[in-house]
Amino acid sequence: MTDFMQQPLTVAAETAPAWLAQVLERGRQQWRDSALPNRKTEAWKYNNLQALQQPFVAVDRHAAPQLGNIRYPQLPGSTLVFADGLYREELSKIDLPAGARLLRFSEADEASAAHIAERLGSAINRSQHRFAALNEATLTDGVFLQVDANTVLEQPVHLVWLTSGQMEAVSVNQRLLVQLGANSQASVVETFSNANTGGTAFTNGISELLLGEGARLDHYRLQLEQGESAHIGGVHAAIDANSTLNSFHLALGSRLKRIDLVVEHRGQGAHCELNGIYLPRGEEQVDYHTCIEHAVPHCTSSETFRGIVSDEACAIFNGRIHIHPNAQKTRAELSNKNLLTSNRAEVNTKPELEIYADDVQCAHGATVAQMDPLTLHYLRTRGVPKDEAEVMISYGFINELVDGVRNKALRDYLKPLLARRFARNDKLTRHILEEESLEQESLEGGHE
Amino acid sequence: MLKIDNLHARVDDKDILKGLNLAIKPGEVHAIMGPNGSGKSTLGHVLAGRPGYAVTAGSATLLGQDILDMETEERAHLGLFLAYQYPVEIPGVSNMEFLKASVDAVREARGQEAISSVDFMKQARECCKTVDLDQSFLKRGVNEGFSGGEKKRNELMQMMLLEPKLCIMDETDSGLDIDALQVVANGVNAMRNAERSFILVTHYQRLLNYIEPDYVHVLAGGRIIKSGDKSLALELEEKGYAWLEDAA
Ligand SMILES: Nc1ncnc2c1ncn2[C@@H]1O[C@H](COP(=O)(O)OP(=O)(O)OP(=O)(O)O)[C@@H](O)[C@H]1O
Ligand SMILES: [Mg+2]
Repeated sequence: MTDFMQQPLTVAAETAPAWLAQVLERGRQQWRDSALPNRKTEAWKYNNLQALQQPFVAVDRHAAPQLGNIRYPQLPGSTLVFADGLYREELSKIDLPAGARLLRFSEADEASAAHIAERLGSAINRSQHRFAALNEATLTDGVFLQVDANTVLEQPVHLVWLTSGQMEAVSVNQRLLVQLGANSQASVVETFSNANTGGTAFTNGISELLLGEGARLDHYRLQLEQGESAHIGGVHAAIDANSTLNSFHLALGSRLKRIDLVVEHRGQGAHCELNGIYLPRGEEQVDYHTCIEHAVPHCTSSETFRGIVSDEACAIFNGRIHIHPNAQKTRAELSNKNLLTSNRAEVNTKPELEIYADDVQCAHGATVAQMDPLTLHYLRTRGVPKDEAEVMISYGFINELVDGVRNKALRDYLKPLLARRFARNDKLTRHILEEESLEQESLEGGHE
Repeated sequence: MLKIDNLHARVDDKDILKGLNLAIKPGEVHAIMGPNGSGKSTLGHVLAGRPGYAVTAGSATLLGQDILDMETEERAHLGLFLAYQYPVEIPGVSNMEFLKASVDAVREARGQEAISSVDFMKQARECCKTVDLDQSFLKRGVNEGFSGGEKKRNELMQMMLLEPKLCIMDETDSGLDIDALQVVANGVNAMRNAERSFILVTHYQRLLNYIEPDYVHVLAGGRIIKSGDKSLALELEEKGYAWLEDAA
């Protein structure tokens, strides 16, 4: 195995809480035994891993990096902020009802530690996900959210992982374990962000979501890191009978983003909705590899990913749906649409269906297209200037997914962020952003 | 208002308009009829500056200004409006956002005061009523999943809000039910005034019972081959186009 992670591996072994020793050891073995993927590795053939060609270091535990004005949404409820992998108490708040616990691995007492250790990694197939093994091998801290049966969290739990860019080649380990008891409900937001100038960082982030029977989780993972940062990681979910997972993903581009999303249906009647948006530009790359494991009968999944790829950027989408032999009556849908706004932009999209049951409904589709000249022209015949029309069409391409974000505070945060992503100035986004107030006006005025 | 001289245009290397002449004064309504494929829609698209439609000879002025070298949006700002035969669907862009962006752009270019969201919505709601579209259409994606007739009404709504000088209505009557035809005709008649002119492209004399034209032209083979008053439409209804094409 290459040694670009040698220092963080050593540091973790020395500093991780003792109860994590076994987790680290199994991660280390798995990582050591597997080769770093390259262009010949099927699941990695489009990824440019140039960003990993340098040794990374974990930050000093006592460092308190300046954060400047790194952007991330402010949400009601609980927020835990980590900077360069280190917890920042002064930026965090915990506000939970009885029946819910939010704690860091580093502060876990014996009982909690045993509870976490028993479940950590239970949704991950480590032999297929080398970087999840790396995550365990370099684990020193993490977050555990537990919601008891029948408990409903009204407010979101927000985990914020920042990289300050104040040092070169910083390695950041992120780990989250969510366990929802039977018939409980929660909303979890993960935001990754960085300073848009400064040093490189490599974040290796793994989140695990365990949904008990009838539980419901609204999950959001926002990858807002930009610039030279690299992120390899993903989400591994295991959902029990009659539970519902709604998982929303957003990735702005950066030098390298490779996100694997794996959802395993473990009980009948489970439903998962997976939606995502990726927007690389410049020379950025974003890769979403999704995999829905329909392991039991009578489950449904619906997946929609939209990408807008600009300049010389590269996007990769791989959507695997695996319907196991006994998973009869499965209904699975997958749609991936891509808009290229430049001739040099590149998309590699591939739905991958493996269906071993005969009584299933499975629909999938993927498209790659440039902006429709007639649509642009139509807007211009109505007087809308070309640059604004282009912004409206681009935003329109992802609008449906943004509107589908259930958390209003989050939606209000994302809308301008995304609209401005396509525009040189605010004049070009004003009508997109005005829409909600017009709608409000139409509701009120409509009842005169 | 509009003056077209010897207009030649081609689409994808195919000559479609071949020396078309037309002059329209303020306040006039001109109907253009003619066989399928004769170039009626092409005329509208050329005037609106659609990409791929190349003018190879001739000129066109609107309100004394040469429009053929203008950007599409500048033509709209000046007062040109084309109601499409096949309106375009724009998923993800709400009708409301689209209409407001259009109205703001046009008003700004014309030096008119900006309109508040409250006033705009008031107008938009009124227009919905006039064209008999439910207000829920304001929230839907532009023409997205609209029926044929709903799309045409939506075109009319845009026309009402943008207050153009020259309205080109390309088969707005096709695909409309009988009641809707009346609705559209009422909308157009309400907009008629001494400063505004209309080109109605239609295949049916019936529309002209509701909206009385000052002139009727026959476009065939890329040229206007016959012009007359509204009685020409009745004559065409009876005899078809063959007798004219043979003569031309
Ligand atoms: N991209 C193109 N390439 C080649 N020919 C084209 C193209 N676009 C239009 N045409 C042709 O131009 C001719 C004129 O088309 P146009 O749409 O102007 O006819 P029209 O008079 O509006 O007919 P209709 O009454 O059926 O609406 C037609 O023969 C059409 O096939
Ligand atoms: Mg036509």
